[in-house]
Amino acid sequence: MLIRIDKDKCTGCEACIASCPYDAIIIKDGKAEINELCQMCKACLSVCPEGAISEVSEDSDQKEKGQGRGVWVFAEQRDGKTAVVSFELLGAGRRLASELNTELSAVLFGCTESEADELIKWGADKVYHCNDEIIKVFNDEPYAKLLSDLIQEHKPDIVLAGATPIGRSFIPRVAARLKTGLTADCTSLDIDKETGNLLQTRPAFGGNIMATILCPFTRPQMATVRPRVMKRGEYDEKRKGAIININADNIKSRTNVIETVKEASETALNLQEASIIVAGGRGVGGPKGFEILFELAEALGASIAASRAAVDEGWIPYRHQVGQTGKTVGPKLYIACGISGAVQHLVGMQSSDIIIAINKNPEAPIFNTANFGIVGDLFELIPLLTKKIKEAKGL
Amino acid sequence: MKIIVCIKQVPDTAEVRINPETNTLIRDGVPSIINPYDMHAIEAGLHIKEKAGGNVTVITMGPPQAETALREAISMGVDSAVLLTDRAFAGSDTWATAYTLAKAIEYLGADIILCGKQAIDGDTAQVGPEIAEFLDIPHISYIRKIDEIKDNKIVVQRLMDDGYDVIESSFPVLLTVVKELNVPRLPSIKGKMAAKKAVIQKMNAADIKADENCLGLKGSPTQVRNIFAPEVKKDRIMLEGTTEEKVTALVNELMRLKCL
Amino acid sequence: MDYFLSEEQVMIRDLARQIAEEKIVPVRAELDETGEFPWDIMKVLAQSDLFGLFIPEEYGGLGKGCLELSIAVEELSRACLGVSTTFAANALGTYPLLLFGTDEQKKKYLPDIAAGKRLVAFGLTEANAGSDAGGTQTTARLEGNEYIINGTKQWITNGGEAEVYTIIAITDRSKGPRGASAFVVEKGTPGFTFGKKENKMGIRASATTELIFDNCRIPRDNIIGKEGMGFVVAMKTLDSSRTGVGAQGVGVAQGAFEEAVKFAKQRVQFGHPVITFQAVQHMLADMATSIEASRALVYAVARFIDSGAKDVSKESAMSKLFATDVAMKVTTDAVQVMGGSGYMKEYPVEKMMRDAKILQIYEGTNQIQRNVIGQALIKEFTKKK
Repeated sequence: MLIRIDKDKCTGCEACIASCPYDAIIIKDGKAEINELCQMCKACLSVCPEGAISEVSEDSDQKEKGQGRGVWVFAEQRDGKTAVVSFELLGAGRRLASELNTELSAVLFGCTESEADELIKWGADKVYHCNDEIIKVFNDEPYAKLLSDLIQEHKPDIVLAGATPIGRSFIPRVAARLKTGLTADCTSLDIDKETGNLLQTRPAFGGNIMATILCPFTRPQMATVRPRVMKRGEYDEKRKGAIININADNIKSRTNVIETVKEASETALNLQEASIIVAGGRGVGGPKGFEILFELAEALGASIAASRAAVDEGWIPYRHQVGQTGKTVGPKLYIACGISGAVQHLVGMQSSDIIIAINKNPEAPIFNTANFGIVGDLFELIPLLTKKIKEAKGL
Repeated sequence: MKIIVCIKQVPDTAEVRINPETNTLIRDGVPSIINPYDMHAIEAGLHIKEKAGGNVTVITMGPPQAETALREAISMGVDSAVLLTDRAFAGSDTWATAYTLAKAIEYLGADIILCGKQAIDGDTAQVGPEIAEFLDIPHISYIRKIDEIKDNKIVVQRLMDDGYDVIESSFPVLLTVVKELNVPRLPSIKGKMAAKKAVIQKMNAADIKADENCLGLKGSPTQVRNIFAPEVKKDRIMLEGTTEEKVTALVNELMRLKCL
Repeated sequence: MDYFLSEEQVMIRDLARQIAEEKIVPVRAELDETGEFPWDIMKVLAQSDLFGLFIPEEYGGLGKGCLELSIAVEELSRACLGVSTTFAANALGTYPLLLFGTDEQKKKYLPDIAAGKRLVAFGLTEANAGSDAGGTQTTARLEGNEYIINGTKQWITNGGEAEVYTIIAITDRSKGPRGASAFVVEKGTPGFTFGKKENKMGIRASATTELIFDNCRIPRDNIIGKEGMGFVVAMKTLDSSRTGVGAQGVGVAQGAFEEAVKFAKQRVQFGHPVITFQAVQHMLADMATSIEASRALVYAVARFIDSGAKDVSKESAMSKLFATDVAMKVTTDAVQVMGGSGYMKEYPVEKMMRDAKILQIYEGTNQIQRNVIGQALIKEFTKKK
């Protein structure tokens, strides 16, 4: 497909220019023209008052659709322990597999077989498992080679991986090698009922817009998913499945991991694991404002997060930042205090089960995302809330 | 040391807003900038040149106006700039973009290729590793520190969620960098003057000997089906009354929801 | 207002502004508080080539003139006068070498100065010689192939931090003002030490110390110009640099004015932003008008100097006098517009007001500037008769 502009109809009114999120329409000699930035998102089609913009097919659209069967999840590990995101991917994968009426497999590199067994309990029908020395520590080239080979051999329809430092680093190599599409950081995955294609939805432009991406002709369809976005599947102690051991013979690497160093970033971990989070934004007013949030957090047993505005002001360190450029969190309860609710922040916390917004501006967009909202002065509300929660908990 | 830095011109997303009525992006007055992560890649390139010698080339794929970004890089001190521009590149997804850049890099030749960890408009972080795969060279993502550069190897630190990995690689290698690596320098006056005069090398699909079936929309495995504004939850309850009443109501809700 | 700056001049302004906004504004309050010397910012200025602005291309500079230097100084001053003082004092210390140095001296010092590798300071003032330069007591005595310097210079900007010092000392007391000579002295020369760092009211990021010479021996070749030319060197140096002080005035006034407008738009009293009140508007109007007038004068004088004019004493004194008196008035009024907030350290205008005061004092008090102008007027009207 291509987007075409009918130069005879175009009046050069520039209405289309603002509609284009990719800066792909320019005015040349008084007429609109589409340049190479066009992503075929079709946002411009409906805005042209003259109907001068249309979609045209090309010969190359008649591609043959690739074939594949089965849903795969790449289960990553660090220090021999499976990462939580793997269980979340199995939850999503299970749902897709049943819609497609196919089986769900996991791929696990560098763990003992008991970890592989866990993946079955979390929903996998099959686990391709390799525990050779060369893949015990994450290294891009061996991981990419081994996974590509497996995919080429078994030809799955869909491959999912975590949008973690590991997944985001080597999965693109796999996609490049297999000549197939990869969609990063998906927030939702669905099956198109008509075509059976995977609908991959992800935020773009700093979370200001959402885009649904297709990989219509090549297989597998590959996607990475941010941790904390999908819900875990059901854990079934009795579930049985097959573990297929594979070996990594003849795999070489030009990079060598010399050392793996752990750095205490407890807050970061805490934030992503936390079940309750108290977050502050610009409305908190300063480091002193955060003190009353810390008191509330203590009463609730919560972790402290912040919006970018508060971090940029230097009121609280970066590791507390939630949002597009910070952490993505998904606690049971998220209390947003003095956070206006810029989209950049929302993408980092909107999967929280319950969101409470406290803001003095009744028009603040955060209220649109919240389950409960209170308009008022947080310097009055929060200390009182802390007190009442302590009473309720009998502290 | 021949160093190539891949950069992208992007809209300053911090200033992009959605028009809630038309569901389109409000771009008026939104400036185009060099992708902020790529600024750190440029700084890394200049730093490596200062330490190990060599020259730094910036490369971008984009429309003719992307030249501005290349000139800005020259004003910071890079030696030369290449603009990949061709109608055939239109509609490239990450796969086709990486293919195109890789073909150009293959043509130009490089020992070290640097990319920002991701672009702020797409946030995919895919193009860097994909370029490495197309070139059949190793890559290391999320570089937060360069420990040492020798004639035949480089040792770097890769940022991970729970710390960092120390990794060594042979050359050529592709590195994607994070903000922690450095502070990008500002341009200099001499650099700005050089940027004004610099001749930007322009290359098209034929110049880089690309397979046209791998370019642009034709070469892109993925397609954008549609775009839309992020949805908002509708089930909110506003708690009203005096401060005391609001807080009491909230505590009751929390108890009902078993959050306490 | 459009001053029809060239493309290059706009480039210099934009770069200086970018440095000011990205690197200076975020740290200026802290620098003011601690009085720490801004080495990080000096590095940025060096990397940006700004130190080489007014140094000829053959010595590694950009070969620009007084206008370009004024534009850069104005932008830096808009953010922090302490930083811009350090930068401008470097130029002040360089002028004796630039105007009167031998080719060897220029080759030896200017490339490093242009690259920002070595900072310079100018040493004229002494305990008994400020406005009255004739009271200079530091002496330089020739002995074989060396001058031996004795005496103490006071309140020297960049003292202790600079590597290169251009100073004035008496070589022949019997000749009065014609008995002074200029010298270049390097940090680290035996017998050359520094007094304590002064604790100042404003421009606290800049370093001010005594230079103490105790039988400090320097090579005979370190004299700048000939023996007896010391005061000519000093006066020509000040003629060249005064416009820069005027540019500092324009910059700090502009910075304070912008803060005041921003605040007046936000601050609501009696149900309206205070900018809607005529009392406030009139203050802002006066501030804006006087800033524009001083900028116009500074730029005009800078262009006059760049044209190669021979005698610029009167004009450069005018630009310094007018622009710095305006700076004091505007920064004071900015505090007034902002009321209690303006007086608090949360906002930058109280610092700007404290900083601005020095402009009326250093490089010739504004009273001395009036003397210079007055003397020039007498000369001018005597000639006309």
